[in-house]
Amino acid sequence: MAKKKARPKLPKRAVLIRMLRQMVEIRIFEEALYHAFMTEKMPGTMHQAIGMEAVPVGVVHALRPDDLMTSTHRGHGHAIAKGVSLNALMAEMYAKETGTSGGMGGSLHIFDLQRGFLGTTGIVGASTPIAVGAALAVHLEGSDRVVVSFFGDGASNQGVVHEALNLASVWKLPVVFVCENNQYAVSMPIHKATAIEHIADRAPAYGMPGAIADGNDVLAVYHEARKAVDRARRGGGPSLIECKTYRYKGHSRFEPANYRPEGELEAWLKRDPITQFRKRLEEEEILTKDQAEAVESEVEEAVQEAIAFARRSPDATVQQAASFVFA
Amino acid sequence: MRNLSMAAAINEALREEMRRDPHVILIGEDVGAFGGAFQVTKGLLDEFGAERVRDTPISEAAIIGCAVGAALMGWRPVAEIQYSDFVTCGFDQIANQAAKIRLMSGGQASVPMVLRLPIGARHHGAHHDQSPEAYFMHTPGLKVVIPSTATDAKGLLKAAIRDDNPVVFCEHKVLYGTRSVGGRGLATEKAAETRTQTEAPLEPRMPAEDTLIPLGVADVKRRGDDVTIVATALMASRALEAAARLEAQGVSVEVVDPRTLVPLDKDSILKSVMKTNRALVVTEETRTASCGAEIAAIISEEAFDYLDAPVMRLGMMDAPIPFPPAVQQAMMPSVPDIVAAVHQLVARIL
Repeated sequence: MAKKKARPKLPKRAVLIRMLRQMVEIRIFEEALYHAFMTEKMPGTMHQAIGMEAVPVGVVHALRPDDLMTSTHRGHGHAIAKGVSLNALMAEMYAKETGTSGGMGGSLHIFDLQRGFLGTTGIVGASTPIAVGAALAVHLEGSDRVVVSFFGDGASNQGVVHEALNLASVWKLPVVFVCENNQYAVSMPIHKATAIEHIADRAPAYGMPGAIADGNDVLAVYHEARKAVDRARRGGGPSLIECKTYRYKGHSRFEPANYRPEGELEAWLKRDPITQFRKRLEEEEILTKDQAEAVESEVEEAVQEAIAFARRSPDATVQQAASFVFA
Repeated sequence: MRNLSMAAAINEALREEMRRDPHVILIGEDVGAFGGAFQVTKGLLDEFGAERVRDTPISEAAIIGCAVGAALMGWRPVAEIQYSDFVTCGFDQIANQAAKIRLMSGGQASVPMVLRLPIGARHHGAHHDQSPEAYFMHTPGLKVVIPSTATDAKGLLKAAIRDDNPVVFCEHKVLYGTRSVGGRGLATEKAAETRTQTEAPLEPRMPAEDTLIPLGVADVKRRGDDVTIVATALMASRALEAAARLEAQGVSVEVVDPRTLVPLDKDSILKSVMKTNRALVVTEETRTASCGAEIAAIISEEAFDYLDAPVMRLGMMDAPIPFPPAVQQAMMPSVPDIVAAVHQLVARIL
């Protein structure tokens, strides 16, 4: 008789509730932002991570607050999980002086250096060697901090990503590379763009351990991330984790994602990361239904306050732009 | 007076800055035991060790990106691209990342890195002989430095390393072998015909001098009254030779070497043109949309009332650089070309 694989021990209750809360923060923030784009004149565009909340939240809970992170163009969830203030993040969307970058960066260029958040980026894949550089700095400092480098299935074929993973491995640097495989790069499905099925299968080619995690299961992501983070922290070098997940919205703004086959979205919705996790917490009696709903209401209020904060903040100016060219 | 080659001067600058500040690190292809393709980093691995002098794979994007990441964390990486022509392999990291992170982060981040590029034609052909500084002058957020002498190279590199911004540091490979003669640092091309090798070890009696040359300050390499020549790198040296010939012909030429393209010392250039009323800009870049073109435009805009003739430009013919040495030389501004251009300027009456 096959032995049933033991479920890993659950983290402490407080941690689990924080995981839920963060996923809900990301979801409600993103949905409120979508609504703002529909009803107000919002500058620029956004690339939303609705449906992908479990990945950054699972990863972040394996980190220490002084660890570092680089992000992608779809980075609101990464930023929120890393602790970037909802107010400052929303204000950045509104191009306000009180934004994370004083309104200068927008969604694609979120930085919060105090929290170790080294940037979302408008260039697919470009943050990966920057993560390697940050890890080099950490190594030279003699500290045991770790750097997480997010990139997507689309980015996995960018030349610079190959360079970065190889270099991190050659120099045995403390980077955890997390590939968020949401199946699409704009309209390009992964099976048309990538010569292999699992990006994690490239890990041996880079001389590092690879793993696949269910990207819609926050605890599964957390467990793989723990292994990789602990490995990096004790000097064992980089790892590659591929998280299989899905974005509910199109690539950006109101892009309708008509390239998706019928039924695909519905199938993924049935495995919504927040719904499944809430259900599990209620089943394990970690949280009651009322308590879960209370978390949602609190987050709803916080996000509304973030929007109000953004709306009442002053606009960014040309003078500020000029002052930020050189240090 | 010490007589160092430019390569040795750059080596000294790196050595002094690495001694002074443990956060200065070198990364690049063959920079360690090999000493660099042009032997500029010779001996630095021995003194500073493999943690701070790192050989990399052939990965220009990762080399530059790694420098960006380390700089974000407060280190001062000096990244070397083996030939400036290869920088396009990592162009995104310098033009989109290094240059823009400060503004995109609303001033939270700075990127105190130096990117060293060996530029200039040396008979290797289209992929090894370019002068690409215009791409970087055109990219806001980058400082661009281009010394023409060993003394300037040393002082400017030290300042570049201490600068809190990303600096693209252009080193003309033909000038690597040239020496500074006298305090003004006049370079001669004759010396450049020798192999570019780091010179004999530093005179042990000479203390390391902390002589910084600030970025953004031009240098008048030769004073004159009739014509201003603005010239960079190897062309500064050719302009000086042309000036010597022209003096014998009764024309007094002032040679202004900008030394830094960004930030550009406009005031020194304009001051010279306001005195001479005639300007010639000479660079080795392909002529169209070069840094020389930008300097010429500035002179026309801001010294218009002082000009007795249109601003002239000399540059490399607009073509990929072919291999045959004689063809290359024919495409580049030569000393006779510069002399002829000056005569044209002087002949024009308003």
